[in-house]
Amino acid sequence: CGGPAARSRLRSPSRYLLCASGDFVKLYSVATEEPVRVLRGHAGLVTGVRLNPRNRLQLYSSSLDGSIKLWDFTDGILIKTFTVGSKLLALYALPSSEDSVFVIIPKSGERDTFQLVSVRLTKTAGQDTEAKELSVILEGVDASPKCTAFGREGEYVASVKGVHLQVYFFKRKQLNRFSVSATNMKGGNNLFSCVACHPKEDCIATGHRDGKIRLWRNFYHNKEYTFSTLHWHHDIVMDLAFSIEGTSLLSGGVESVLVQWHNGSDCKKDFLPRLGSAIEYISISSDGTLYCTSHTDNRITIINSNLRFSKSIQGLIKARDVKTGLVVDPRTKALVLNGEPGHLQFYCLQSDKQLYSLDIVQQEYIHQAGLNQTDLVKVAFSAQGKWLATVEEREEESDLEVHLKLWFFDEETQSFKLNTRISMPHEDHITAMCFRDMDELEDDSLILVTAGRDCLFKVWMILEDTDPEAQQSLSWSCDFVGSYHNYQATNCCFSEDGSLLAVSFEETVTVWDSNTWDLKCTFCHPPGRIRNICFGRLTCSKYLVGATDHGFLCCWNLLSCALEWSAHLNVVVLQPDPLSEHIAAVSWLSKESSLFVFKPNEPRPICIQRNLCKEKIQFAAFVPRDVSETIGSEKYLWLRRSQLYFLTDTQELMTFSTKSPEERLTLSSKQLAVEESLPVTPFSLLLGKHRHQQSQEDVDLGKVVRNHHEQDSPAVKELLHTPAHVLPSASFLCPIFINSLLISKEKKSAEEVADEVEMESEKAEDDSDEEKDVTEMEQEDIKPMELLGEITCKLSKSEEKELRKIRKMDYSWISAF
Amino acid sequence: MASYKPVVVQAVPKLGEKITQDTLYWRGYKTPVQIKEFGAVNKIDFSPIPPYNYAVTASSRIHIYGRYSQEPIKTFSRFKDAAYCATYRDDGKLLVAGSEEGSIRLFDISGRAPLRQFDGHTKAVHVVGFLSDKYRIFSGGDDYSSNVWDIPSATEIVSYSEHTDYVRCGCASKLNGDVFITGSYDHTVKVFDARTKSSVMTIEHGHPVESVLLFPSGGLLVSAGGRYVKVWDVLKGGQLLVSLKNHHKTVTCLCLNSSGQRLLSGSLDRHVKIYSTTSYKVVHSFNYATSILSLALSPEDETIVVGMTNGVLNVKHRKPEESKEKSQKKRQPAYRTYVKGRNYMPKQEDFYVSKPGKCVLRKYDKLLKSFQSSKALDAVLEPHIRLHTPEVTVAVMQELNRRGTLRSALAGRDEKQISLLLTFVTRRVIEPRFTPVLVTVADMITDIYQPVVGQSALVDKQFLRLQEAVGREIDYQEELLEVLGMMDALFATLTKKKATYLEENKSNGLTKTLDQDR
Repeated sequence: CGGPAARSRLRSPSRYLLCASGDFVKLYSVATEEPVRVLRGHAGLVTGVRLNPRNRLQLYSSSLDGSIKLWDFTDGILIKTFTVGSKLLALYALPSSEDSVFVIIPKSGERDTFQLVSVRLTKTAGQDTEAKELSVILEGVDASPKCTAFGREGEYVASVKGVHLQVYFFKRKQLNRFSVSATNMKGGNNLFSCVACHPKEDCIATGHRDGKIRLWRNFYHNKEYTFSTLHWHHDIVMDLAFSIEGTSLLSGGVESVLVQWHNGSDCKKDFLPRLGSAIEYISISSDGTLYCTSHTDNRITIINSNLRFSKSIQGLIKARDVKTGLVVDPRTKALVLNGEPGHLQFYCLQSDKQLYSLDIVQQEYIHQAGLNQTDLVKVAFSAQGKWLATVEEREEESDLEVHLKLWFFDEETQSFKLNTRISMPHEDHITAMCFRDMDELEDDSLILVTAGRDCLFKVWMILEDTDPEAQQSLSWSCDFVGSYHNYQATNCCFSEDGSLLAVSFEETVTVWDSNTWDLKCTFCHPPGRIRNICFGRLTCSKYLVGATDHGFLCCWNLLSCALEWSAHLNVVVLQPDPLSEHIAAVSWLSKESSLFVFKPNEPRPICIQRNLCKEKIQFAAFVPRDVSETIGSEKYLWLRRSQLYFLTDTQELMTFSTKSPEERLTLSSKQLAVEESLPVTPFSLLLGKHRHQQSQEDVDLGKVVRNHHEQDSPAVKELLHTPAHVLPSASFLCPIFINSLLISKEKKSAEEVADEVEMESEKAEDDSDEEKDVTEMEQEDIKPMELLGEITCKLSKSEEKELRKIRKMDYSWISAF
Repeated sequence: MASYKPVVVQAVPKLGEKITQDTLYWRGYKTPVQIKEFGAVNKIDFSPIPPYNYAVTASSRIHIYGRYSQEPIKTFSRFKDAAYCATYRDDGKLLVAGSEEGSIRLFDISGRAPLRQFDGHTKAVHVVGFLSDKYRIFSGGDDYSSNVWDIPSATEIVSYSEHTDYVRCGCASKLNGDVFITGSYDHTVKVFDARTKSSVMTIEHGHPVESVLLFPSGGLLVSAGGRYVKVWDVLKGGQLLVSLKNHHKTVTCLCLNSSGQRLLSGSLDRHVKIYSTTSYKVVHSFNYATSILSLALSPEDETIVVGMTNGVLNVKHRKPEESKEKSQKKRQPAYRTYVKGRNYMPKQEDFYVSKPGKCVLRKYDKLLKSFQSSKALDAVLEPHIRLHTPEVTVAVMQELNRRGTLRSALAGRDEKQISLLLTFVTRRVIEPRFTPVLVTVADMITDIYQPVVGQSALVDKQFLRLQEAVGREIDYQEELLEVLGMMDALFATLTKKKATYLEENKSNGLTKTLDQDR
């Protein structure tokens, strides 16, 4: 999910690079770095990829689904599947052992104990074979494939775990165990981390947690073994690899430096520094001309044997922590977010490739644990993508370093150029930043607003140096500083025409005139701090939408300065679509995220997608489509001009699409195929409508009735939570209040409907969570509100119409199937 | 793949006067030479031909000075009363001057007695000059008239009496031999064409005009009067292009530099301001001891001569250009090496392999690249970096702090080095741009060297000094905060009053301008 996850074991014949990526094995061309083939078939994470030692055009792959598959990778054909049965954690294939491969499997009956077994691959004719002939070779090995290695011509196998090194000699059937003390004299950590065997000599190289590499020799004898130490790494050695002839040893670690040791001596070594991020795996092509490192940030680097950087294969970089959110570059339509440390990555969604990485921090990155690195926390683009504003922060125990940088897009070099650097724009963290988006008036009226925790918001403007002889004619400076009752400023946003600025200060939203910087009005919805705000667009530009952390979504009318409507919804992300009036809200309740799309002018959502994912969604972004899509269903009309992308807190990038994954170009991003991908039958349509209706009601009710066993009814709760000045008159509220105390008759009918739905939905391919929702909803229906009656009635009418339409439709084509 | 990124030295915008190319250029003059004249110097004029002598009109004499002479090389003193406006002709051979008694005299530079005398003005003639056809002169007098004279016959060709007050300044067009301009105390500037009977253009300056100047192109006209310098577009029929108000007393003289890119104005407020003629912003300004009456620049801006009301002539010569031969002394590479590969013509099938430019790292960057933090700190504590570019020192300290190695870099130093560090910290810690970093450094130093306090008198003294400096700064900040509080209170009351005041006088233009100023 999300780019070519480089959790891989690499085997590179010099023309192709094989890489295990998620459930697939990917084949890249070394010359062009383009993916040539994707081998699909495993049902679980692929754990090992090895070339068939006897046929260089075939490869074995092992997976957590318990099968070993033999592929012809040039043609992408699956030749054979061997089912082993238990999880396979690593795979080794040796030329010497004729028809068996070695795998690491968990020992049955014991947790966290693994064993190295050899699996006999029988030569039967069928495609699927059971491979049950297992013979245990080593007990108690580490699960990581890096911790086991086979020696010269397959004579012995070395495996490390904890402080022990085991060497097993196949011919003599002898097992030697060596141990090192857990800590050395200086307090370093002596635990083994990886092992590699010399291809020509009897020599084992082991990497340790403290950065030492030990070269073991003479290990035939249990007592008279010798070892020498190589020490350069300051932290754990992540992987080791011997060159084909064994003359040099490659090692890599978190320093992101590839070290080449010559002839096993400490003094002769070469370095390839600044590879970007920690090295996870090192692999060498079979002819020895290319090295290949895979990194923690989802990247593969191809290196010449003379330690010259050659190419890199890069997907979406997995940053340590995405703080900038998802931002869309208006120029390239690329998704912009944190990339390498201190960099901003421009990720092209269409081609699943990184367009480029912009160095924002411009400091040497020190790979060392415990250092407070400078983090990129905020990014904003101006409407045309001409200006880019970034905020970087570095926090020491007491003091905070904040820099606001403004970048200008240079047409000549086609990249962003640093224009102004402002240190400490605010005394505290910057919480929000936005440009005034005015398409036609860009430049002379361009304004940047930053809101900070130091209770201020600041307005920055371009200062033009009219002197034609000056080197740089444009620079930014502070124009206005605003505050409101010494509350922390948390959010800011401009209205569509740029005339109004909304800044939220804890519980209050303040609206300012952007010409005179006068405070125009304030809104609040106590209790609860404002979490998100945004203005409506196009036809809904008179509305301001805000979400509080007490679980309310409010919509204020800017003309009457009053609350238009509010709903009880724990909104974590509020994202307006720049091309339409739709606003997407992602809620987080009881460990699942749900999506609601609505227009600010009506409280009824247009689309609801429950149970979007189990993770909490951190950010969302609408990416404009190049060509607006034709979408049949009214429910998904909002997806016509832009597409919604999400980033969860486990850093998975998801998108919301009405098409099935096969139809889509982007293969990397996980798709959420919604009902549209199901075949349209009258039955499913009816079902869909039912669900639609149900879920819509659900939101109108505002999900108040989560805990139904509690005493307070939703209406009462709402009464108590809504500020007095936005409540309607008491006489109006009275019937609602009394109604809430009664047990309504509606309940029964709703239940019946739900039962029906439940029965039907069993047949639907959609997951059972939907059902759960439905049963949940049925209880919530009792909340009386005027709106409810209206909608049900309206919907039933439309439903009738729909049904009639369906009846008229010709379904003769079904018989064709 | 990324290469090493050098330490970012933070550039801080310099407060006060910015050093521009102009500042450097106009600062490149030697200390002035002062020459005492007999009276107020009302005109200085450079001869247009080498050796660029200049004529100074003061009191009843005209002195001709050589380029570097401090004594006049020639004097014309045949005036009964004050002489005015001695001006050279284009060829530098003739000189014309007006006088208090109303006569205009024409001198040969080599002779002593006047060649011609033009009588006709009934009052003092303050302005006189050659038309660009060389054979006529124009003049303006206190009798409100401006005349054109024929040199060979010494007769008046035409007389205009259109001004209604003293005519005190004028200049001739360099392109057209018939056109000249006069400025008068009646607030107008008039453009005359000798071929017509009346003025062809009148420009209302708004103040008594003290000086006028025509650009070499003839398209733009500059007038000075009152506190204003105004630029007019003559070709657009005398449209005001820009009005400059940079002096706070009457502007008395104007002058263009040799390239025509800069306009100089001298004023009674003792300043000479230099404007860029593209942006009309003041790019530099000179300060003089007394009020300035006249100003002249020699060709190539070699000399600036300024005449004052107290009769002092201030002469500034340009410093000789820094000889560039020094850098050329560097040995050139041998011819063969130099030429190697340079005369090769690429063929079509050749691949061009560009060689990346070698990035030269500073010494501290090299050390930081190889993680030698202590040595890097040593490198930036070298006197030339520490004293001249303290921001580099502080940037490296900050970088070391970011890498978490500042403490180890500061530790293990001997008495001399500690004292040096402390001197640096004491001196710079109060500078706001360095304070955050240097406070951390000071903290660390005190932490590290706490156990050895008392062992060295030198270090102890430095510690005390540091304490004193920090204490002083705290007191100062407290004082500033008090002032800030007072100002806040004042502003709070001020804004309230302003609001009501504005509503009352909405039509009042004065408040509007006040608003704009604010």
